Amino acid sequence: MSLTEQIKNKFGDKIEMLQRSKKRIYITVAKENAKEVVRYLFSDMGARFSIATGIDNRTAIEILYHMAFDKNGAVVSVRTLVPKPELKMPTFTDIIPAAEWIEREIHEMLGVEFVGHPGLERLLLPDDWEEGVYPYRKKTFESEKENPER
Amino acid sequence: MAKEKIIPIGPFHPLLEEPEYFKFFVEGEKVVDADVRIGYNHRGIEKLAESKTFEQDVFLVERICGICSTSHPFAFVQAAEDISGTQVPERAQYIRTIIGELERIHSHLLWVGLAGHFIGYNTVFMWAWKYREPVLDIFEVISGNRNHYGMFKVGGVRRDIKEQDIPGLLKAIDEVEKFCSMLTKAVMDDPVIQARTKGIGILKKQDAIDLCVVGPVARASGIEIDIRKDHPYAAYDKVNFDKIVMQDGDVFSKAAIRLLETIESVKIIRQCLKKMPQGPIDADARDIGIGEGIGQHEAPRGEVIHYVRSNGSNYPERHKIRAPSFMNVPSFKRTVIGQSISDAALITAAVDPCYCCTERMAVVDRDTNKVLFTGDDLVRLCQEKTEKIKGNMI
Repeated sequence: MSLTEQIKNKFGDKIEMLQRSKKRIYITVAKENAKEVVRYLFSDMGARFSIATGIDNRTAIEILYHMAFDKNGAVVSVRTLVPKPELKMPTFTDIIPAAEWIEREIHEMLGVEFVGHPGLERLLLPDDWEEGVYPYRKKTFESEKENPER
Repeated sequence: MAKEKIIPIGPFHPLLEEPEYFKFFVEGEKVVDADVRIGYNHRGIEKLAESKTFEQDVFLVERICGICSTSHPFAFVQAAEDISGTQVPERAQYIRTIIGELERIHSHLLWVGLAGHFIGYNTVFMWAWKYREPVLDIFEVISGNRNHYGMFKVGGVRRDIKEQDIPGLLKAIDEVEKFCSMLTKAVMDDPVIQARTKGIGILKKQDAIDLCVVGPVARASGIEIDIRKDHPYAAYDKVNFDKIVMQDGDVFSKAAIRLLETIESVKIIRQCLKKMPQGPIDADARDIGIGEGIGQHEAPRGEVIHYVRSNGSNYPERHKIRAPSFMNVPSFKRTVIGQSISDAALITAAVDPCYCCTERMAVVDRDTNKVLFTGDDLVRLCQEKTEKIKGNMI
C-alpha cells in the first residue's frame, strides 16, 4: 500500500490531500484533527518531524507541519489554519519532543499560543522586545485597520 | 551534598559560528541540568527574504552561514525549482554536487581540528586545518572564491567548470583523499583519543528519534538518514557512495562518521568530474509562478530544509529556513546530564554547533556570583583529563 493510500484509508473525509509530485504531498486538515494526523504520521508511520512553518495569511495563521518520510523519499506537509483573533493551538510537544523549539519560535514571531507547551518562553527575540509585536505577521493596510480581527 | 553551581557558556566569542549561551548546573564535577538560550544573532533573514527577489535571495541565504555557505542556496534554489517545475540541466546538477561535497570535506576537517584542540591534541588541529587549505584552493579554481562561492542560481549554476581545469582538479582531489585517509586512520587508531571519546555523551537511539536530530548526530546513533540517499537530488542518484552509520551514539562515533564521510565525499567528487556531461549549465528560469515548494539538502551538519511560497510576483510570500543545528542543539540536554564538566565542552562540541564558545565558559557560584572557573580553565580541565589518560597508558 502506498503512502498516500495508507493515510487516505485511515482518515478518509477528515483530510484533503493534494499530491504535487511523487516527493511532495500536502494534506489540509481542520485544527481539531491536526494533532491526530501528525501523531499518526510520526508515531505509527515512522515519519521524521522536519519542521513546522507558520504563515500569516491575514485572516488566520497557517501552520504546516513538514513530515519527512525518509524511506519513501517524500515530504508530507500537514496544513492547518488557526483563525484570528483567538490564536490557540494544542501543543505537539507531548507527542513530538522535537517540536519544542519551533513552537516557541512560532509563538514569538506570529503570536500563536500553544496550549500545554512546557515552557512557552522566547527563543530568538530579546527579552526586552515589546509584548504583542509579532515580526513575522504581514503588514496591515489602512483599509484593514478598521477591522479589529486582523 | 555539594552545592549546585551554574556554568554559563557564551554567548559571544570571535571564533563562534553563531552565538549561543549554554548554562550547565553542576554538583561537584557532575552536570545535573542544562539549559540553552539562542537568538543572539537572529537577523530576521526569513522576513528579509520576503523583500528581496528570488534572484537576490540566493545571495542572501548564502550569508546565513560562513562555513556551510552553499547549503542554504542549495536548498533554496531547489524549493524555487519545486514551485516552478524547472528542469535543471544535467551538467549543472553535477557541478552543484561537486560544490556541496567539497564543502562537506572542508567543514568536517574544520570540526575535527577544533575537536582535536579541545582534547589537547593540537597536532590534530594543525594538521586538519593544513589539509583543509587545498580544499579551499580547489574552490578558488572553480568559483574564484575560497568561501561564499556564489555558484548557485534558480535553474542552474553561475559558473562552469572548465574542461582544461579538470585534470588538475582530479589531481588535487587525489591529494585531498590521501590526507583524509591518513588523518582518519591516525585519529581513529589513537588509543588516547579512543579512551577520551568512547562512551562519552551518548545519545540513545530513541532520544535521537524523539528529538528528530539530523545528519552525523543522527547517523552516530544508528538512524539511517541521509537526504542525499533518501530524497535524491542533484546528481546524488548517479554516483556511488556509502551512507556511514554507527550505533554507539558517543563522541567517538560522531567524530568517526565525519572523518569517514570526507573520504566518501572525495569519491563523489571524482565520479562527478569524470561523468559530467557537456551541455548548458542554466535553464534560464525567469518566472517562478504561483505555488509552494520545499527544498532539502544534506549539509555537513545534517538536513537543511527551505519552504518557499510564491504569489506569482518576483518576491517570495513566505520563506521558512530550518538549519540542522536547530534540531541538533536541543539534543545536548540528553547527552550532557550525568557527565563530568571536563567532558561538557567536548560533548557540546560533538554536535558541531559552535563549541568555540566554551572558551567563554565560567563557573559561577550561584549565591555570590563569584567566578570559580573561566572558560580557559574548563578547556584546561578537558585537556588535563586527556593527559591523565595518556599518563595511565604509558
